[in-house]
Amino acid sequence: MADAGASLVEFTGVEKSYGAVRALDGVDFSLLSGECVGVVGHNGAGKSTLMHVLSGGVAPDQGKLAIAGEEQPNWTSARARALGLRCVFQELSLCPNLTVAENARVVHPAIRGFGWRRRAGRLLLDKLDEIFPGHGVKSTDLVQDLTIGRRQMVEIARAFTVSDVPARLVILDEPTSSLDQHTAGQLLAHIRRSVDAGIACALISHILDEVLSTCDRIAVMRDGKVVVSDGARNFTRARLVGAMGGIEDEEKGPAAATALGSRAEAPIVVKVSAERQIDNRQVVAREGEIVGLAGLAGHGQTDLLLATFFAASRLRTSALVDGPVALVAGDRQSDGVFPQWSIAQNIGVRSLRQLRQGPLLSPVREDALANDWRRRINIRTPDIRNPILSLSGGNQQKALFARALASDARIVLMDDPMRGVDYATKLEVYDLIRAEARAGRTFLWYTTETEELKNCDRAYIFRNGAVVAELAGDELSEERVIHSSFAGVA
Amino acid sequence: MRRRLRATLPALSLALVLAAIAWLNPRAISYFGFTLMLNLAIPIVLATLAQMFVIAGNDLDLSIGAFVGFVCCVSATWLKDEAWLGALALIGCVAVYAALGALIYLRNLPSIVVTLGMSFVWQGLAILLLPKPGGAAPGWLRAVMGVKPPLIPFPIVAAALIAAIAYVGLMRTSYGAILRGCGGNAVAIERAGWSLLRAKMVLFALAGAFGVLSGMALVGITTSADANIGNGYTLLSIAGVILGGGEFVGGAVSPVGAVIGALTMAMAASPLLTFMHIPPDWQVAANGAILIIVLAARVLIGRKGPER
Repeated sequence: MADAGASLVEFTGVEKSYGAVRALDGVDFSLLSGECVGVVGHNGAGKSTLMHVLSGGVAPDQGKLAIAGEEQPNWTSARARALGLRCVFQELSLCPNLTVAENARVVHPAIRGFGWRRRAGRLLLDKLDEIFPGHGVKSTDLVQDLTIGRRQMVEIARAFTVSDVPARLVILDEPTSSLDQHTAGQLLAHIRRSVDAGIACALISHILDEVLSTCDRIAVMRDGKVVVSDGARNFTRARLVGAMGGIEDEEKGPAAATALGSRAEAPIVVKVSAERQIDNRQVVAREGEIVGLAGLAGHGQTDLLLATFFAASRLRTSALVDGPVALVAGDRQSDGVFPQWSIAQNIGVRSLRQLRQGPLLSPVREDALANDWRRRINIRTPDIRNPILSLSGGNQQKALFARALASDARIVLMDDPMRGVDYATKLEVYDLIRAEARAGRTFLWYTTETEELKNCDRAYIFRNGAVVAELAGDELSEERVIHSSFAGVA
Repeated sequence: MRRRLRATLPALSLALVLAAIAWLNPRAISYFGFTLMLNLAIPIVLATLAQMFVIAGNDLDLSIGAFVGFVCCVSATWLKDEAWLGALALIGCVAVYAALGALIYLRNLPSIVVTLGMSFVWQGLAILLLPKPGGAAPGWLRAVMGVKPPLIPFPIVAAALIAAIAYVGLMRTSYGAILRGCGGNAVAIERAGWSLLRAKMVLFALAGAFGVLSGMALVGITTSADANIGNGYTLLSIAGVILGGGEFVGGAVSPVGAVIGALTMAMAASPLLTFMHIPPDWQVAANGAILIIVLAARVLIGRKGPER
């Protein structure tokens, strides 16, 4: 392998525009062999675009790219792969209709001929066992049958597998966004092991503690440029946030939650049982409450939200849901956005009744509604009629929030909506949720980030499809949540 | 579990049709009965597989019926009189299919539009070649289609063989995984460094090749050709693929399922309805009804239970 400390990637003045949006505005970025670099920045700062350029998927408009000291004028995905660059993209790049083993084969042209399935499956499963012991994935599983967390594990493990070309650099774009804390920890430990073994890593993450604890160096991006690049030891959380241009306010969360106080007197609007609940414990939400659904990812929280959602539209005696309901999807690519529609149409679709003029939809009202919400939650776009896909991931998510909040829904269900959303956006949305709750809206909030529970009045901890604990106010500490999530498990 | 249930659904519907036939007319379940009932099944099976390769890449071929008709006309004229010219024309047909795949990929055209247009081209060429029904199948082709193997009727042996070949080719080879991956997530395949253009051309060339085989098989059975002979095949082939567990999008196809689906369509199309004493006027409608029932059952099974 190349000597540690030698230059592996060198970007000079890389620019990329999408229409009027300048995604990259002259980026200088470098990466040494055997180094783990964290890339942080707000949504829309250009991190994902930078990584797409690096992986060969997007051609830059301007600028130079050198790998291991050699300039690369014809940079393509195939060339990147041949030089040992691997990518884990934010939007998963597995083929859902293929098995786990076949997906491994897709990235390893060398695995062919008799017995290729067995070899490809073995290669990937060995890596999965190494990174995520106890993952529960079989090589013959169809990817579409796996949960999103397991899909992400497969994708991550696949990036680290080696057949003919040794891996020199693994790029991970928000790798932990669909993983629970336990598996995220396994991944970060593996990244450290790989870096020590000489594989360079580029880690993009919105979870700053991850970056601070895992990376050797951190590059901060803002407005399409790398603004600071320094050793991770020289950063604190506050300095990172400052460099990103956000506001760090550690005390805000818990203080605001206690200020909400108890709402024990308010009427109950939701009362629903988890799917595999044996005792008669129920998830109860009162008007104006923010109720968290926590625990490890994929333990029945989404099912409970869906049960609540369907109970609102159909008669079902087992669940009480009093009031119109809106759902903010977490997997926004598959459940959230209408990719062919404009931002305004995406926001207005849950409120068609109020947008009507006679029998027809009024574009004027639709624009007015969308512009109102663009201002209120700061969706960054020059024109509300642009296609929704012109927005960065975090801003798309804001549009989905706007869709729910602009509607007549009294109860808002949130399915881990902050996946891959930057810190400043999160703070804005937290404020918005609290304000809406004060105004009498009820929130059921499934989250995989324990920190977010600080915004909740109460939280139910899920395990294996059932509620195992209810924590309120001061009890909502990370230790308590983790304790409840794992208690009873060997 | 759900996956297994879905996988057995094509076989289940075939069994159901067979049971109905056995109940209505027990004598049909015999060597001779099957040979007769499945007389036209082989060309349908081949056309269905051709369609399946196109559907695997999220496209649809609306020209396969007209194409099969054209191949019939070529086989009954040039292939018989000037074998080299006929062979050349048929190989050319496969090349045209590959070129269509390239066109659809490069210009990002909807395959429905392109193949709908091509269906008129094929039909027109067929009429030019054979203005009125006639021609004659080459003797060797008739001989192949008339083989009478011991114990198991020829159409069943041939269908099993074809299914095995398509299954190994698409489902078991390493490049087959790439071809199916294009339907599932083309971006992922491209990012991994594979050529989508090549994959699409291969899929369409395979469709062309199976279409050629379908036309040759058909003319081998009917012994003479007609420009309109394959017109029903477009719908039959799509129905067979879907009946066999395929999806219009997402690259989810099953060669074995498609063959079973095609056999089911071939049996339900005419023998079953005749035994049920449904007048020919109503058979097409009854056919459609059978299709709707089976597809509805499939959707129900597919939707059961949330993702875990």
